[in-house]
Amino acid sequence: MTEQHHVDYLLGLGDDALIYAQRLGEWLTHAPQIEEDMALGNVALDLVGQARALLTHAGEVEGADPVRDEDDLAMLRHEREFRNVQLVEQPRGDFAHEMARLLWFSTYQRELYTAVLTSTDETLAGVAAKAVKEVDYHRDHATQWVLRLGDGTQESHDRMQAALVAVHPYVAELGEDHDAARWAAEHRVGVLPSSLTDAVNAYVVGVLEQATLAMPDAPRWHARGGRAGVHSEVMGYLLAEMQHLHRSHPGASW
Amino acid sequence: MYGNDFGQPGATDSRAGAPPHPLNAAETPDYTDALAEYFDGLIEQDQRVEPRDAMPEAYRTTLIRQMAQHAHSEIIGMQPEANWITRAPSLRRKAILMAKVQDEAGHGLYLYSAAETLGVDRSELLDKLHSGRQKYSSIFNYPTLTWADAGAIGWLVDGAAIMNQVPLCRCSYGPYARAMIRVCKEESFHQRQGFEILWVLARGTKEQKAMAQDAANRWWWPALQMFGPPDTGEHASTGHTAQSMAWGIKRFSNDDLRQKFVDMTVPQAQKLGITLPDPDLAWNEERGHWDFGAIDWDEFWRVLKGDGPCNEQRIRTRVEAHDEGAWVREAADAYAAKQAARHEQGAVA
Repeated sequence: MTEQHHVDYLLGLGDDALIYAQRLGEWLTHAPQIEEDMALGNVALDLVGQARALLTHAGEVEGADPVRDEDDLAMLRHEREFRNVQLVEQPRGDFAHEMARLLWFSTYQRELYTAVLTSTDETLAGVAAKAVKEVDYHRDHATQWVLRLGDGTQESHDRMQAALVAVHPYVAELGEDHDAARWAAEHRVGVLPSSLTDAVNAYVVGVLEQATLAMPDAPRWHARGGRAGVHSEVMGYLLAEMQHLHRSHPGASW
Repeated sequence: MYGNDFGQPGATDSRAGAPPHPLNAAETPDYTDALAEYFDGLIEQDQRVEPRDAMPEAYRTTLIRQMAQHAHSEIIGMQPEANWITRAPSLRRKAILMAKVQDEAGHGLYLYSAAETLGVDRSELLDKLHSGRQKYSSIFNYPTLTWADAGAIGWLVDGAAIMNQVPLCRCSYGPYARAMIRVCKEESFHQRQGFEILWVLARGTKEQKAMAQDAANRWWWPALQMFGPPDTGEHASTGHTAQSMAWGIKRFSNDDLRQKFVDMTVPQAQKLGITLPDPDLAWNEERGHWDFGAIDWDEFWRVLKGDGPCNEQRIRTRVEAHDEGAWVREAADAYAAKQAARHEQGAVA
């Protein structure tokens, strides 16, 4: 049973990266300027890389016969088997929404990967060592844009503030503990998400202050359940698009 | 286009168009005989013209038009491929495709920057693209209907683009030539990935093989059209070829490049096990080249003039992204101005 927690922990990390990459990939050719097509594409590419390493490793730890590889896990699991937080599956909004989401998510990922650099799972520690440099750049990119939008024009300020409010109900889930994380923390494979929350909040508060933006009030509801495979209704459509070609040709190689 | 200079004859933007006696345009106030001699000497000795050098106005406008069309082709060309990013059949393919589309954005940026060395602004060139006053390669007015199209674009479209672009590495205008060196290296990688997509499909299931063949059927003729109208015959277009060749911007004629492309590609198709959709394709021992059938130039002109399956969609998508991003670019400018003012204030204080 403990091994399943290990698998689930890795799937949580890998699915966050995969599903967010899927959403970010939708930006290519739709960004406000060509530099941003490149930048968001680059962030997405980094996340696909993290997802591939993490899903491959999850499959190996799972040790099914035959072993499930990255594509088996990405393309053939059903919605209830995905363990990502609901933040990353939300549909693409305007550019301010994306920067609000990227700020929270990259800040979370940076704290997370920093914490698992010393994981007893050496493969995870190795993935984190590479990923922490990537997400440091992602966080910087989001930070710079939140500053520009928050302290740019009245319109950009208002849109950025509205985006922070819209994203806010999905933030708390990043810090929510769950069984797989409790097992991972106990075995020093991973960390409790709640242990990252203070550092994540502190960073975001600092950025918002500098950007003349206000941290939204606590939302009336917040998303929960992604780590247990409970998603929002949009997730099925995302998977339908991502998986349809692979599923249409069972057993084919690409 | 896509490394070729081509537009509807007489329908280019107001500053462009090859003059009937090309060097007449050199008679600008600051373009003296002495400077003309220097410029002509550079061209004659196959040296590079740099932004600081005096140059005939027509040379400058020809280059701006060609580099802008090339840049536009790179960024419009992102659309048919980006169409498959969210549906790529494996994570490896998704990563490669994202990287490729990102490369194309980078090529667009190099080329706009290179064009800016001639005294134009990217926003001005984008306005011309958006309003239809400057063209992009007509190949991108065709849709990517299956995953195999991502392979066919890499193999055929990027393959044809490379054929146009390799000679541009020796283009007489330095910034363009240098940009092309890097672009060609990346395009070469793109062509390989396209070939590899089709290689795997051609060795896959019955459905995958059919998908690969169907993509080749649809992309082969438009790829041949990418080299522009023929040099001679009833479909020949006066275009800008002769002047561009004299200026060392263009090194080979459209038909020469097309033939080189056919000669290179036919053996690759054989290796893939794909049948190219041309019953007249045959090795000509005497010429030492592959003969190929008649190209449908009516289709070419029709699509170029706007009546292609995706012309409106490509520009609409591009314009929407640009318009929807206006407030973001305005915010970035406003923030930069505020920061500059703060620095100034800080310096004064």
